[in-house]
Amino acid sequence: MLQVHNIEVVYDDIMLVLRGVSLSVPPGRIVALLGANGAGKSTLLRALTGLLDVHHGKITRGRVTLDGESVGQLRPAALVRRGISQVMEGRRIFGELTVEENLRLGGYTNPKQFRRRCELVFGLFPVLAQRRRETAGYLSGGEQQMLAMGRALMAEPRYLLLDEPSLGLAPRLVEEVRELIVSINRTGTGVLLVEQNATMALSIASHGYVLETGQVVLDKPAADLLADDDIREFYLGLHPAGAGGGPERRSYREVKHYRRRKRWLS
Amino acid sequence: MTKLLEAFADGLGRGSVYALIALGFVIIYKSSRVISFAQPGFMIAGVVLVTYLVQVSWLGFFGAMLLGAVLIGLLALGIERAVIRPMIGRPIFAIAIITIGLDIVLRTVAHAYIGPLVRHVGDPWGTSQLHLGSVRMDQRHLAAVVTATVLVLLLFGFFRYTRMGLAMRAVAEDQEAALAQGVSVGAVFALSWALAGGLAAVAGSFAAAGVSVDNTFWPVALYALPVIILGGLDSLPGAVLAGLVIGVLRSLADAYVDDLSWLGENPSLIVPWLVMMLVLVVRPYGLFGTREVERV
Ligand SMILES: Nc1ncnc2c1ncn2[C@@H]1O[C@H](COP(=O)(O)OP(=O)(O)OP(=O)(O)O)[C@@H](O)[C@H]1O
Ligand SMILES: [Mg+2]
Repeated sequence: MLQVHNIEVVYDDIMLVLRGVSLSVPPGRIVALLGANGAGKSTLLRALTGLLDVHHGKITRGRVTLDGESVGQLRPAALVRRGISQVMEGRRIFGELTVEENLRLGGYTNPKQFRRRCELVFGLFPVLAQRRRETAGYLSGGEQQMLAMGRALMAEPRYLLLDEPSLGLAPRLVEEVRELIVSINRTGTGVLLVEQNATMALSIASHGYVLETGQVVLDKPAADLLADDDIREFYLGLHPAGAGGGPERRSYREVKHYRRRKRWLS
Repeated sequence: MTKLLEAFADGLGRGSVYALIALGFVIIYKSSRVISFAQPGFMIAGVVLVTYLVQVSWLGFFGAMLLGAVLIGLLALGIERAVIRPMIGRPIFAIAIITIGLDIVLRTVAHAYIGPLVRHVGDPWGTSQLHLGSVRMDQRHLAAVVTATVLVLLLFGFFRYTRMGLAMRAVAEDQEAALAQGVSVGAVFALSWALAGGLAAVAGSFAAAGVSVDNTFWPVALYALPVIILGGLDSLPGAVLAGLVIGVLRSLADAYVDDLSWLGENPSLIVPWLVMMLVLVVRPYGLFGTREVERV
């Protein structure tokens, strides 16, 4: 079980971005993490993979645990060895390197397993096998996302953290990514799925969290979240009026407050 | 024509030295985005160390040079770990200033070991020359070219085919993404400094072959600056090619000094800097550099 207990994360010693977040990813499950831009989703993934340092961020309170053991202070390499891999926001493939070299880097911590893992990854992503000698920067956006996922799988993680894998992909590719996440999960890999596309994420997750300005405001089984009116309105855009996306962003709490008041008044 | 070709051959020898020093700059820059002005310091430290090592007669020039390169590499690695690493993430400018301080310290200590007299790394080739038809090339220049070629090929092979080389290329492209794969970025920084230190020591040894080493020797390393500006701060092939170009231009300026008298008595001293200024004006990222480096 991969967990964070009540963590606070601060950037540049002053910006409090996560304020007491708790979350669990049970082994072999898919957990969705939703939230508006700037809510702190990527920050949470950084805290789980040792990447806060690069951003001058720190965990100032709370713990990150893997099977009960505290792992919040470990370096990224140590976390990868323990089975936590992340596909970062924006894919971040090495565009100047070949597809195969990208995969080699994914398996950097365990080069002996390269061949075997490569076969596994090529099984899931045949397109990577075809293009293995090509420069990764020339792949299409969809193929790059496949490569980013394949690269993370080269470490054979027990927990795979995905940061907005459907970002910028056409609906057909989003569907493909969804299927891939399901197949990856079927091999026993736990998945923490950060998504703006809440419908997609909740359709495959068993549990979901909603993060808002650094706090978990909802923590429910995915099915319940899908059924929640407020979630439907705010994150799935399924409200009846279909207000065409006004520029101002309302927060989940405001929506709730507003609804409560409406209910109360009616 | 013979004069032209001879100047050219001469310039390749000189240029090999510049290329090796410039490669160090570029390797450090690529892996950590640090512009290290400590290269002259490592070069002179290497040269002075080699002047002592050649006194161990069974080492010979090449043995002393290689041992010196390894030792300076280790020194650079230690300095990176102790002085530069804690600064990573600070403004580029602050780190650059630190490397200038480092350079001065290294040079001062190295000069203290030169003592009151000049020192020598030996003169394995003397004035012997190679004759290619009517063109003559100093053997020491030839040796510099051959050694530089071998080192460059080894380096490129290292980057291309080894696990650590791959890690270095990954860190050069996207440090955070490399970290996320489990690459030890610290090891990459350390190795890049070790390589730069070692290359500077080798370059210095060739520059010093057959001449006296005193405390006016170190500015040779400064020619690496026009080289990296011309080649591009983040391009290894650029450093090699630009090193040769600057070397050849200097030698041409020496050969045709009479025609360049309007540049003063020693045009070869300023030609590299004129080239640098020209490049900065028309193509600030160099011949092979990435455009975005311009922003630095
Ligand atoms: N390196 C950083 N330094 C300072 N502040 C940061 C840094 N990275 C993120 N932040 C701030 O932390 C907050 C949370 O950012 P984060 O990237 O975690 O949000 P997110 O939920 O992933 O958003 P998005 O959906 O846009 O990716 C934002 O207010 C952001 O401005
Ligand atoms: Mg994000």
